[in-house]
Amino acid sequence: MDEKRAPAPAPFLIADTMPDTDAPEAAAKLVCRSVWKFFGPDADRLGRAADEGTLRPDELDGATAVAAVRDVSLSIREGECFVIMGLSGSGKSTLVRCMSRLVEPSAGEIVFDGENLLSASEKRMIEIRRRHMGMVFQNFALLPHLTVLGNVAFPLEVQGVGRSKREARAMEMIALVGLSGREHFFPRELSGGQQQRVGIARSLAVEPDLWFLDEPFSALDPLIRREMQDEFMRLQSVLKKTIVFITHDFDEAIRLGDRIAVMKDGAVVQVGTPDEIVLAPATGYVSEFTRNVTRAKVVKVSALLSPAGDVSPADVAGEVSDRATIAEAAPLFGESGVRLLVRGRDGAIAGVLERDRVAAMMMRG
Amino acid sequence: MAAVGPAETARAGWPAAPSRGLVVWIVALGAFALLWANAATLAPWAQEWPRAWTPRIAFSISAFMRWLVDEATSGLFTFTEFTRFLSALVEAPYRFVLAILSTGLLSGQGSQAVQIAPPVSWAGIIGVFVIAAHAADGRRLALLAIACLGFILVFGQWDSAMVTLASIVVAVPAGAVGGLLLGLAAYRWRAFERAISPVLDLMQTIPIFAYLVPILFLFGFGPVAAILATIIYAMPPMTRIAVVALRGVAPEIRDLGRMTGCTPRQMTWRVMVPAAMPGLMVGVNQVIMLSLNMVIIASMIGAGGLGFDVLSALRRLDFGAGLEAGVAIVALAVLLDRTSQAFAKTTVQRAHADGAGFATRHPYLLAALAVVVASFLAGLVLPPLARWPEAWELSTGTFWSELVRWINVNFFDELEAVKNALLLNVLIPFKRFLLGLPWLGVALLAGVAGWTLSGFRLAALSVALSTLIAVSGLWEEAMTTVYLCGLSVVFALMIGVPIGVWSADRPRVWRVVQAVIDTLQTLPSFVYLMPVVMLFRVGDFTAMIAIVAYALAPAIRYTAHGLHQVDPKLIEAGRAAGCTPFQLLVKIRLKLALPEIMLGVNQTIMLALSMLVITALVGTRDLGQEVYIALTKADTGRGIVAGLAVAFIAIIADRLIAAGAARARARLGLSGQGGS
Repeated sequence: MDEKRAPAPAPFLIADTMPDTDAPEAAAKLVCRSVWKFFGPDADRLGRAADEGTLRPDELDGATAVAAVRDVSLSIREGECFVIMGLSGSGKSTLVRCMSRLVEPSAGEIVFDGENLLSASEKRMIEIRRRHMGMVFQNFALLPHLTVLGNVAFPLEVQGVGRSKREARAMEMIALVGLSGREHFFPRELSGGQQQRVGIARSLAVEPDLWFLDEPFSALDPLIRREMQDEFMRLQSVLKKTIVFITHDFDEAIRLGDRIAVMKDGAVVQVGTPDEIVLAPATGYVSEFTRNVTRAKVVKVSALLSPAGDVSPADVAGEVSDRATIAEAAPLFGESGVRLLVRGRDGAIAGVLERDRVAAMMMRG
Repeated sequence: MAAVGPAETARAGWPAAPSRGLVVWIVALGAFALLWANAATLAPWAQEWPRAWTPRIAFSISAFMRWLVDEATSGLFTFTEFTRFLSALVEAPYRFVLAILSTGLLSGQGSQAVQIAPPVSWAGIIGVFVIAAHAADGRRLALLAIACLGFILVFGQWDSAMVTLASIVVAVPAGAVGGLLLGLAAYRWRAFERAISPVLDLMQTIPIFAYLVPILFLFGFGPVAAILATIIYAMPPMTRIAVVALRGVAPEIRDLGRMTGCTPRQMTWRVMVPAAMPGLMVGVNQVIMLSLNMVIIASMIGAGGLGFDVLSALRRLDFGAGLEAGVAIVALAVLLDRTSQAFAKTTVQRAHADGAGFATRHPYLLAALAVVVASFLAGLVLPPLARWPEAWELSTGTFWSELVRWINVNFFDELEAVKNALLLNVLIPFKRFLLGLPWLGVALLAGVAGWTLSGFRLAALSVALSTLIAVSGLWEEAMTTVYLCGLSVVFALMIGVPIGVWSADRPRVWRVVQAVIDTLQTLPSFVYLMPVVMLFRVGDFTAMIAIVAYALAPAIRYTAHGLHQVDPKLIEAGRAAGCTPFQLLVKIRLKLALPEIMLGVNQTIMLALSMLVITALVGTRDLGQEVYIALTKADTGRGIVAGLAVAFIAIIADRLIAAGAARARARLGLSGQGGS
């Protein structure tokens, strides 16, 4: 918790560590198709109706069941950090538990690496969870009777990995999250932030392909939360996992997410990159969240691109990556620069960034 | 609450206009009066259930038991073989533990047995307990261990105490594990929980004696049967606590187990049970305490040890000896209770120990081993260290006996006058009144009470259970039970509630009162009987005093607790409105404490009922006597029927009062909270 990520010196550096999710070839890792989850006595009947497509909206009002997840279709791409954002009761925790079948969806399909999880046997599910999935919990869910080492090694122990091998691997993970030297502490001897580091190390011990984080930083103090977010970004820049990240904090969502799904009353209201959501909120509900966001810190240069035409090198004040934020690009204009040359990931010229457009956007806040 | 309308509309007490509830009561009382006056002539069957109509339930049960023992077979093995197998399963570890604690390793049978290794000496056992106490909670607990075991040693109770300890050492793990397994099954399968829940209810209300009878019949007389009875007695609370503890595990921990891909077995033993450990330890503590509760009663079917000493002292009316053995049980109970509680806490709060060797990680274990070996060697050199010499034993027994005799000699007339006055003016008239009531009328009134307090289900339950009692042919005994128990509860409340009120406000008084009632509750109930019998001889009056003494504790405790719980803001409001202290007490505090006090009443009744069977020893003529006779004759059917009748009375009283308390709480807007 001590080494904070150094402030990024140049926009290019940050941009290069971000996974490239916009590339069209990024394969879908996990796909949800029309997933429903009902709770209550009528749940089974409504689930069947939803599967057959005969569910009418008015049926939900009179029924003695609550739809915690309503007709959610999502596609989570390989290597991206997909954030599901919603207030409490919006169904986000239920949705993420449907994805790993901790909660059995009432209707729909969950396809993981081309395999429909809802038709997998319980044995196959155990196998998938053991080898391919990891999860971090809001309240850490550390086993109180095991030490840090025992907790981190626990998923491997469950798989039957030998003692020396699993402890070596656990020590690696403990070092990765910066807890070396505390292997023999019990969870209650650690601070909240440290406990969550243990939770993160444990979820990574099996090298999961799909990493679920269920409000991992919500139970922490604001300062620690910020620190843990930095730590998380550092880890992700090294590990490049496919992530499903749940949060109720919109700032956290735009800070960490490559794409964000906003949920309300069990349904997904909008899916998009942070830019798209901030610049074009789909509903009044979403704009409630975006209203207080400093756009320049979220919006990427690529969103304000103008055609390059034939600019001469003398005309431009500098160069910037199209994945830098406007706030990062602005200082490059200097006192009197009028435009910046924007280059894409491949280094080719993507266009120019005009001072006027930047100014206009920053004026709007 | 889907309570019945009437009282809801009334603000407190009786409704202003005649409501449905009032009308029902008037009609019911009218019908009751009619029945009472005319039953004898018009419908004698409503006055007293005809003997000819009584089904021979007891006989059938006995016949069934005989069939079980003589003929039942599952094909592979007979039922008798099964019970023998169970006995062997208990007997082997018991013999082993007894050898270590008391007899030494023996070779050969009976009187020809030769000791090949001596038992661990008193010095060794005290040493081990002190080390364990120190490991659990430091020096204070270690001193307590010395005090408790020192008392047992010096007062010559050591040998008996070790026999008792041996049976507890066997019964506690078996009860705890058995309860845990049942709890796990109930946690996992809702249907199983629904199936065992009423059985557990019944087991906790049925007097212990009632299931001593079948155990005696199946397993014979001896320590093994006693241990089995103890296990059965201690298991239900463990099962309940285990279910609650498992349910209390955070849902995230459960999710974690599934996310890491635990198989069901890994889920249970690697995740759920360790995570529920703090709660489960509470259950283990309960098992220890209940096993100690059983010590005396189990000695009736051959447990031996301290329980047997108390029992035989009671038979000889040797109050001093009984008191010392009784206090020795209390000392053992206090020691085991505190130590196990402290261990429960340390397992939760264990601190890290960096990769150290075996010796540094287990210093206490090694120290205990060293003490055992050292005490053995020292015992060889200094015999008193191996066996406490009889000449060094103390006894206050004669002092207590003398005291009681002195009171008897000097105050005989006064005591007799009090006894006779109460007997002639209160006890006997009340008994006559109750015995004269027609059973149908009583069942009807119980039903009406159930209906007004809760609803149709409770009404049906009350009527059905009272009718069953009548049908079983035990109505007279049941009413005698109600009379003894009812009067005792009234007296216990008359004494207990004022003490509770008086001490609630005075922290210093409360501390003293609390210490006294704690002791009263841990002291084996038999010990109460002795001085009372010596002063008042056998009979209903003696039984009543013993019951009152035993049931006093909850009456005081719940009253004080209820008063403590009253929201200080409301008291402040009362004071601001200018209430005098008396008005404050009557109009605010007692009113708000009422639900809690009713729970106290409930507990008082339950304790009184459980004491009833024990008072059968001093010659009452109620259901307790029925059970006791069945026990001495090993008549299973009779014992079970009488035991069930006691359980039915308990269930009716419990449900009616609980419903009343729930309603009072709902009316005061204290929904949900508080409770047991």
